[in-house]
Formats: sequence, structure tokens, C-alpha cells
Amino acid sequence: MTDSTCYHCGDECGRDSVTFDGKDFCCNGCKTVYEIFTSNGLSTFYELEGKAGTTPNQIRKKYDFLDNQEIVGRLVEFDEENVQVVTLSIPSIHCSSCIWVLENLNKLHAAISVSQVDFPKKTIRVTYKTNDFSLKALVLLLGSIGYEPYISLEEYNKKGKKVDRSLIYKLGVAGFAFGNVMLFSFPEYFEVEEFWLDQYKHVFRWLMFAFSLPVVFYAGIDYFISAYKGIRSKLLNIDVPIALGIFTLFVRSTVDIAFDLGSGFFDSLTGLVFFLLLGRFFQQKTYSYLSFERDYKSYFPIAVTRLQKNGGEENIQIYNINVGDRVLIRSHEIIPVDCILIKGTAEIDYSFVTGESEPVLKKSGEKLFAGGKQLSGVLEVEVLRSVSQSYLTQLWSNSIFSKDKASQFQTLTDSIGKRFTVAVLSIATLATIFWLVYMPSLALNVFTSVLIIACPCAIALAAPFTLGNMLRIFGKYKLYLKNTNTIERLSKIDTAIFDKTGTLTTNQKDTIHYEGMELTEDETALLKTTLRASNHPLSRSLYNILKSNAIMTLEEFQEETGKGIEGKYNEHSIKVGSASYVGENKSNSITNTTVYISSDEDVKGRFVFKNTYREGMQQIFDELAESLELGILSGDNDGEKKKLENVLPAKTKMMFDQKPEDKLEYIKKLQEKNTVLMVGDGLNDAGALAQSDVGLAVSENINVFSPACDGILDAGNLNMLPSFIKLSKKSIRIIKLSFILSLCYNVVGLYFAVTGQLQPVIAAILMPLSSISIVLFTTLATNFIGKELKNK
Amino acid sequence: MSVIYVLLAISVTVAIIFFIAFVFSVKSGQYDDTYTPSVRMLFEDELVKDKSNSNKKDIKQTKSTNQ
Repeated sequence: MTDSTCYHCGDECGRDSVTFDGKDFCCNGCKTVYEIFTSNGLSTFYELEGKAGTTPNQIRKKYDFLDNQEIVGRLVEFDEENVQVVTLSIPSIHCSSCIWVLENLNKLHAAISVSQVDFPKKTIRVTYKTNDFSLKALVLLLGSIGYEPYISLEEYNKKGKKVDRSLIYKLGVAGFAFGNVMLFSFPEYFEVEEFWLDQYKHVFRWLMFAFSLPVVFYAGIDYFISAYKGIRSKLLNIDVPIALGIFTLFVRSTVDIAFDLGSGFFDSLTGLVFFLLLGRFFQQKTYSYLSFERDYKSYFPIAVTRLQKNGGEENIQIYNINVGDRVLIRSHEIIPVDCILIKGTAEIDYSFVTGESEPVLKKSGEKLFAGGKQLSGVLEVEVLRSVSQSYLTQLWSNSIFSKDKASQFQTLTDSIGKRFTVAVLSIATLATIFWLVYMPSLALNVFTSVLIIACPCAIALAAPFTLGNMLRIFGKYKLYLKNTNTIERLSKIDTAIFDKTGTLTTNQKDTIHYEGMELTEDETALLKTTLRASNHPLSRSLYNILKSNAIMTLEEFQEETGKGIEGKYNEHSIKVGSASYVGENKSNSITNTTVYISSDEDVKGRFVFKNTYREGMQQIFDELAESLELGILSGDNDGEKKKLENVLPAKTKMMFDQKPEDKLEYIKKLQEKNTVLMVGDGLNDAGALAQSDVGLAVSENINVFSPACDGILDAGNLNMLPSFIKLSKKSIRIIKLSFILSLCYNVVGLYFAVTGQLQPVIAAILMPLSSISIVLFTTLATNFIGKELKNK
Repeated sequence: MSVIYVLLAISVTVAIIFFIAFVFSVKSGQYDDTYTPSVRMLFEDELVKDKSNSNKKDIKQTKSTNQ
């Protein structure tokens, strides 16, 4: 066997490799996709981007619930006259080849008329005729070419939500008005005493007034609302001086043109709103395909198969499952409720719940918990609790899940805004009092001028542009944060708590070592051959580490699901599996997954699988220990405690055997004194992630499994975590510097305002100048400090 | 000089026409996905070449209208 890579997906060709059409494939699945593509004239797929495919999973029966027309009706967007339109989320979309092949679905099935991919959202919108096609057939077709759609309860309930495009409209209105008002006010900037200009200036002025109306009452309305809300809750946020500025600008300008006192400040007014909205647009959430709000609903299937009393089967929504129902769980389905196993051998992967990757074996009569994934074979179970009452899902009834962290946190801008408002109002009052004494006719002019020029446009822009840009830089290095607010919170943390399994350990690589009598060469060869025939994940990883080239044809092979496998060759037999299967009485290792081997009914020894810690874990902890308190919060037993104590900094606190609620409570207690960062991965960390000040989910595959959190970090980049924290602190420093910069502009402007010489043209120059220089400064500065990550 | 009213009317009308065009383009979802079209437009050539290879029926791609 050579070390070639799969022509379709680029994975290494292991033991299942297939050669077809002169090309190597890692498995039959990939070969089939290749066949489908080439026979339908879609071979360009491979020319666009090499080895871009994804391996299809076995899905067939999983989507039987799509036979239920009620469920289909809720999922499709449009359904009339034999035409249906549906939008499906496909997490495996990742390159231009994907877009190409998915937009040419009509070549694979004539019933599909249009398919359109939205790459940033990773969705596909398909229009198809229902005469000889259905949603189920579409899903299976997509699954067969490696693009299995992701249909979850979450999506099922979300139906009917509209896309919010109001910010784009507002930005458009403000930009449109800004441009036109600028053109209209241009003649008066030059102040030429020209007869015709003087004659028509009123037309221009009232036109500007007309254009500024939608800006104030539509585009800028959010600032008034926010300021009003702030004042009502006795909070002087940054929107208070902004709203005050916009209001003063508008009223003063209108009075000016009405009484022919001047040309008004409409250009500054529209420009101000336009720049402010631009900042808002820039810090808008950018990772639309990632969901940060996921709870258990995203993991659970929409429907399950219920066994009727008369022996028939029906598909029902999981909310309709009642206690006492008999339910069928198929291979690779997630168990939606707590239940008792009645029939079948359960091999449950609880990695969503605990982060533990090795499957657990259960016999009939044992209890199964919601959230586990059945790996092989069909199960029949009896329901113990309904969906929302199950062990795992109960966690979500905690009130912490309905709280919005961002709204409770006072941002740097808002805390500045408070002092700023006070300062501006006192300067305005003092100046007015002075002019009332000195020259009363100018007093009102000065008062409004101060409010206009002090409008903190540049200050309000500093944070959105700095943090928005930082968010994008983090995204490049695979830390996807929910919003810019998270960066500010990240800069404040003083304690970091880690989950162990799945966060510090990897699910991908296991270290395997052998304990017991050494195996002879013949035995190793037979063992390897036997393992080759099995599809069990443990067999596969064991197969990959065994060094033997001899591959023979087995005379007999037996696989007992959930127990083990047996191979016979040349009157020798070998058994691989659980302790009881091979005949070993005592299974003394509870903490680790073990596979026992016996040759000719004689127990030889066992292979022990251990989780490996991620590379550079020690370095991460050492780096973090310089500035933070550290802790480990694990749901596992303390089998690894000694090992961790040796590796990690001495001050690291360690807690084991923590239930999901315990984790939440522990974080809550810590928060009395500290600001806490929680790093976790599984659903069992969901409570702790929600409770902590910043909850980061570590994920091997960012598209699929991550609980509700403030940010998702690609597992491969965990070693950059210390740098991310440092950078968030530096970003705050940049914001503070830009505050100083914009205060300088304000001082210059205030000089003109207080002395009563503020001309519209000065405001029109100063305002955009300060805004643009702040945008430039923050963008350049963040890009500069972002370079630090490149060297990592 | 009253021609200025005509000129202003024309310029404002043109500006408003473009603004309405903008509103319609947002409404039709043009700004929802700003990335995929940039990739999609590079595909046309492969599609044509591909169609000549296969003898399948030429199904014309039309923009979806069921918004």
C-alpha cells in the first residue's frame, strides 16, 4: 500500500483504499462521488480545486422523518403547484468547487431547476419540482455527494424570521443625503459675494433641509432611542452627546436658514450620521454561518421513529415524545431523551455531552442519557423523561441562558461618554454665561456651537473600527468571536478556567500502548488482518499503529457488535474486544479505554488507549500563568491528576468529577472576585460558558459542534490563546489613544465655538477630518499589532 | 437664470432614481451575500465547455424569482 492521497477528498489512502479510473481513493464513498460527478459531466469539479471533496457518510434511514409532510411543510420556503423551494444549511461547503458542483445540481437530477449557494452563510437554496422528487430525495442526493445538509430543531423553529437589512437602508439613506448636501453647500463655502448665488441660496438651503430630514428622522433615529433609553435608566452613554449633537445641528441649522442667519450645518449633520452608521456597519457580526446561540436543539434530530402498539412505525416530532413511548434509535442518531435500553447493543458516543471520545457500551436494561450518539446497530428504547426534562436539557432551564452578557457590560466608550457629556455641558454653560455678560446676542450661538463641535463622532468611531478590525484579524487566525464587545471583555479577564476532555486533550489522536505478553509475528499479522475487516473506530486506530505487512485472507471472520471481533486463519484464531469477550475476568482499568487480545483462547494482553494532550499545552499554561489565575474543571475522574500536576504550573487549581451544574456554580462563585474566561468544548460546559465573562468553545470542526458561547476557537490554534488575550488588551490601548487624538480635534473645535467664530465650513472640515484620521489610525494600528500573530 | 430650477430638478431626479435603484437592489437580497457571486461569475466558461461534452438537455439557469 502506498502513501497516496485520495483524488476526491485529499485524505491519506489507508487500508480501505480503492483504485478506480487510474485514480486512488481513500474509500468507496469517495469513489462513488467521483463516479457520480464524472458520469454526469461534472468532472470540472476536480479541475477547479484539487482534492476538494468530502467523504459522504452513511445516511439513508436517518432522513425518514422527511416523509412526514407536516415537517416538510415547515422546512420549505415555498410550496405550490408542484414546485418547492428550500434553503438548506450545508456545513461542508468550503471552496469554489463546492459552489460549482452545488449550483449544477440540475445535472444530477432533472427535477431540480435552480440551486444557488450562499457561501458566507454556507447555505443552498434549491428549487425543484415535486412530481418525481421530494425533499427527502434531495437531502439524500446531497448526502450521496458528500454535502449532507444540517437540519436541526433550531432551524425548524426559526421559520419566518426576516432578514434585517435596516442598517444597509439607513447607511444608504445617510450616504445619499450626505453626497447631495455636500454638492448643494459647495457654492457657499467660498462666500463669494455674487449676485446670482445670493439670489438662489434659499433654494439650495431648503433643498439641503429636505435631504437632511430622512437622515435625522430615519437614519439617525437609533441614536435618539438609545440616548432616551440611557437617560431613563440613568446612564449617560455615548449616544447621549451624539443625539444632543444631531438634535442641535438640525435645530440650529433650520433656525439659521429660516431667519437667513447663515447656511446651516446640514453638511456636517449628514456626514456625522453617515460616518457613525459606517462604524456600526463595520462592527456588525461577520460570521453569519457560525451560530453562537446553539443549545441542545441544534444537536437533536427533528423527529424520531416511534413504535406503535400494533408493531407499526411512525415518525413523530421529538417534542411529542411521551414518557413510556417505545422509540427506535438508528445507527448514528442522537438519543433525544433519557431512556432505558430495551433491545439491541448500545455503543454510545457521549462526546457532545462530556467531550469524551471513546464510545461507552450499554446492555439492555441500562439507562441511556439524552445527547449520546448511537454508533452501530438499531436500538429500541423506552422513554423515561420528555425532551425538556432530560438530564442534559434541564441545564437550559437555568436563567443564565436568557441573559445577554453584552448588555450588562459597560463598554469603554460608554464610560468615556459619561464624563464627556458632563464636560461638554459644563463648557457650554460656562461659555454661555460668559457671553451673556459680554455680548448677549452671541450667547445662544455659542451654546449651540459648542454642542455641535463637541459631538463625539470620532470617539464613537474609535471602538467600532478598532474592535471590528481586530475581530477580522482574530478570524483570520481562526478565533471567531460573537461580537466586538467580547474583545473588550476578553481584555479584562484575570482568571482562565479550562475543561479537560476535548479541550486540552484531542479527540483525534490517541496514544496506544500495549500491556502484556508480547505477540509473535504471526499473531501480529493475524491481528492486523482481523482488524482490517472491522469498521469500528478503535479497530481502525489500532490497525494504523500495528507494524506488519503481511495481509492474508481470513478463513473466518466474526464481528459481535459491541463486544469484539474474531478472525481465524490456518487453525489459529485471534479475538479482539472487551475483557469479557476474550475471556479476561478482571478488567482493572476503569479510567482508560482498553482493548483485550487473546490468541487461541489464551489471553495475551491489552491495548490501552489514552487521550493525548494538545501540542504546546504546557507552553500555553506557562504563558497564561504570567498574568492570569488558572484552573481546570473536568467532568472526568481524577485519573489524570498526577500527570497534569507534573506538567502544569503549580498554582493551577484542579477540580474533577464536576457535573454541568457544578461547573456553572463554580464559575459563579469565582466571579464574586474575578473576571473569568471559560474554555470548553462539550455541551456539558454550556452552563459554565454562559455564566463566565467570556466563554470560548474549542472545536475541531468549527462548523459543527460547539455549544452556546462568545467565541469559537479552532482547536489547532489553541496555542495562540495567550496572544489573543494580549492583543485584546492592546486593542483597548489603541482605543484609548484614539480618544486622546479625537479630544485634540475637539479642543481645536471648541476654541472656535467658545470664541463665537464657528463657521459652517470649519465644522464641515473638522468633522470628516477627525473621523477619517481616527479610522485610519485605528485600522493601521490594529493591523500593525495583528502582525504579531503571524510569527506564531 | 431660472434655468437653475430645471437643472436642480433634473439632478435631484437622477439622484433619486439611483437611490430607488439602490433600495430595490437591497430588497432583492443583492447585499445579503457579497462573496458567492464573485466566484460564480468565473464559472460560466466551464459550464459552456461542460455542456458541449455532455449530451444532457440544456437547462437554462434562471434567477430565482420566488423571493
